[in-house]
Amino acid sequence: MLSRTADNLYWLARYVERAEYLARILEATQRLTALPLAYVGETNEWVTAVATAGCSSAFFAVHSEANEETVTDFLAFSTDNPSSIRNCFEVARHNARSVRTALTVEMWDAINTAWLELKRFSNQPTSRDEFARFLRWVQGSSLRFDGSAYRTMLRNDAYWFSRLGVHTERADNTARILDVKYHLLLPALEQVGGPLDYFQWSAILRSVSALTAYHWVYRESVKPWLVADLLILNEQMPRSLASCYENLVQNLDRIANAYGRQGPAQRQARAVRTRLQNSRMNEIFQEGLHEFISSFISDNNRLGSAITQQYLA
Amino acid sequence: MTTAFDEMKGADGQVRPAYAALASWLEEVRPDVLDHRRQEAEVVFRRIGITFAVYGEAEATERLIPFDVIPRILAAAEWDTLRRGLEQRVKALNLYLKDIYSRREVLRAGIVPDDMVFQNPVFRPEMNGQKVPHDIYVHIAGIDIVRVDADTFYVLEDNARTPSGVSYMLENREIMLRLFPDLFSRHRVAPVENYPDELLASLRSVAPDTAPGEPNVVLLTPGVYNSAYYEHSFLADKLGVELVEGRDLFVKSGIVYMRTTQGPKRVDVIYRRVDDDFLDPLAFRPDTGLGVAGLMSAYQAGNVTLANAVGTGIADDKAIYSYMPEIVKFYLGEEPILKNVPTWRCREPDHLKYVLEHLEELVVKEVHGSGGYGMLIGPMADKAQIAAFRTKLKLDPKGFIAQPTLALSTCPTCVEAGIAPRHVDLRPFVLTGRDKIRIVPGGLTRVALKAGSLVVNSSQGGGTKDTWVLDT
Repeated sequence: MLSRTADNLYWLARYVERAEYLARILEATQRLTALPLAYVGETNEWVTAVATAGCSSAFFAVHSEANEETVTDFLAFSTDNPSSIRNCFEVARHNARSVRTALTVEMWDAINTAWLELKRFSNQPTSRDEFARFLRWVQGSSLRFDGSAYRTMLRNDAYWFSRLGVHTERADNTARILDVKYHLLLPALEQVGGPLDYFQWSAILRSVSALTAYHWVYRESVKPWLVADLLILNEQMPRSLASCYENLVQNLDRIANAYGRQGPAQRQARAVRTRLQNSRMNEIFQEGLHEFISSFISDNNRLGSAITQQYLA
Repeated sequence: MTTAFDEMKGADGQVRPAYAALASWLEEVRPDVLDHRRQEAEVVFRRIGITFAVYGEAEATERLIPFDVIPRILAAAEWDTLRRGLEQRVKALNLYLKDIYSRREVLRAGIVPDDMVFQNPVFRPEMNGQKVPHDIYVHIAGIDIVRVDADTFYVLEDNARTPSGVSYMLENREIMLRLFPDLFSRHRVAPVENYPDELLASLRSVAPDTAPGEPNVVLLTPGVYNSAYYEHSFLADKLGVELVEGRDLFVKSGIVYMRTTQGPKRVDVIYRRVDDDFLDPLAFRPDTGLGVAGLMSAYQAGNVTLANAVGTGIADDKAIYSYMPEIVKFYLGEEPILKNVPTWRCREPDHLKYVLEHLEELVVKEVHGSGGYGMLIGPMADKAQIAAFRTKLKLDPKGFIAQPTLALSTCPTCVEAGIAPRHVDLRPFVLTGRDKIRIVPGGLTRVALKAGSLVVNSSQGGGTKDTWVLDT
């Protein structure tokens, strides 16, 4: 297939995934900030939200203060922010339009309808209710697109490249949450813990839609190191780093098989997966959670470049 | 102006046979049903994204062409005449182009004046003496036809460069089949859905002889911002060929390749929807990013087929148009089956004199304009517009032709006040392959939705209709 087509499919999937992730961050942040101060402490969760979205510097270039109004505008609607939810859908639809022929009717319909519906939501939601509806709509649109891809695409390189986009983006998003909130997940002997953080942990789980999953997996009340385990090493958890890399390796292998050739992208993905498979949570804590996450983020970026160089350029 | 011929009611107000079933259906059907179906069609078109862009309108970069749900119907015998006329016309166009870029007998015979060709910006000196695969220049033609009475069809324009609109022909039929199964069951309508297959067969048949094995056909688009982008992606999808942009292609050692996830792949036939000027920055406009550097050299080396060929503008130019009847006779030795609209060439002093004296009743067109831009419709224009055009004409008579204001035929059309006659034209698509000429029965009918308006161009608020050719 054309490299440009593969590139468009890859980024189309990434942008839709990113839009959903941003919606989850905003939702989780709104819940946290709605709690009485005694339950969450004095932190400014809106600053954290911007950091988790990975756009602190872009945000503070435009706004001096992070509060509900500025952050929701910037992350959801701003045209200045290339990764706002609105822009994610704009770019996704633009990409979709450029590769119409590689999409199934259902996928095109999902993304085009989302784009048409987006115009219905004003840039300044009149109420929290309306904004909450918007966030649910974003998640619904993303699910619909992803579901259409899953159910209607031929299982060929077009599908595999779009899966690569989903999982590269998802791994990046989960890693960013961990990167910003790692201090809350350190084992209990550290002083930062305490009942205060309970709601923070729940918020993290919620932002990767794993709160219920947590209880099914661990059958325990929310413990920070188990939250970290779930998000990093647990292969059952679709948004964990381990699961993302399982998927990345599988899809890259399918492409390599179809094309009869392995390359740097396959090697890079396998190396990261092996590292995740061989890690134990207590070792990660010993060697430093923050360092582990930082090096994962750069590894993941390296995989993105390798995929681009090998197939998309 | 004489009253227009109505294709349903005829000249005498009697429903013509081809329209009999439709006329009785229109009497039965409740107006709100038609309106409801129209809205349904619009929702479907919007959702599948059949849009076009209007240049210079920031507001509406993606607009729908209004679709009229009442079909336009042609009887089998009418179509048969059209089909024969179209084949003849396109054969002549191809012979003429081959001649213009080689021996130029048509010029030597004095049929077409030299300067009309050599001083014409659409003439491509790069194509002089250049052999094109299988001597075919116009693989896809969209010949615009208008009708003035029961028996007279005129060719209004020969679109021999990158004619568009075929996606509407196909989508209009699809939507009509969905909305009006009952109406279809009362007619025997010849299908058009095989157009993509016919197009692919034509394109494959013209691959260069050097192409190894199965020829690789691609469709070259200027990209998503082009007004006809929807059509490009639609056709690529139906043809099952890659939709490429200039940046997806490159030329190495005189061969065109496309960049794929598995490395370079050779390209043999390019159905290009990019104008000559933008094809290759090394050969034509250097300031474009739409084309492929070196494409012309690969073309000249005979390693790739461009459909349509470079330089076909010298066949469909409005100035050349008026010579088409003689051109048909010159190459084929036959009388043209389809007539030209009587045309005054303002370059000829006596013609110019006549045109200047009759501006109020003529349509004056810029020779190099298209899409309904830059023309004067005398009977609709006010004094100031006519005066302005008079000045333009005197300054550059060669730049204009004039035609009588035709009473284009009308068809019943849904308008706000119910059903009323509106003026229509027709663009059938003619495919020329190495083996034969293929025409699917039908085409794109464009309709001027404003009462009395003769301008059917979509950029000027025209709409479209499904075109039915009856099988018996």
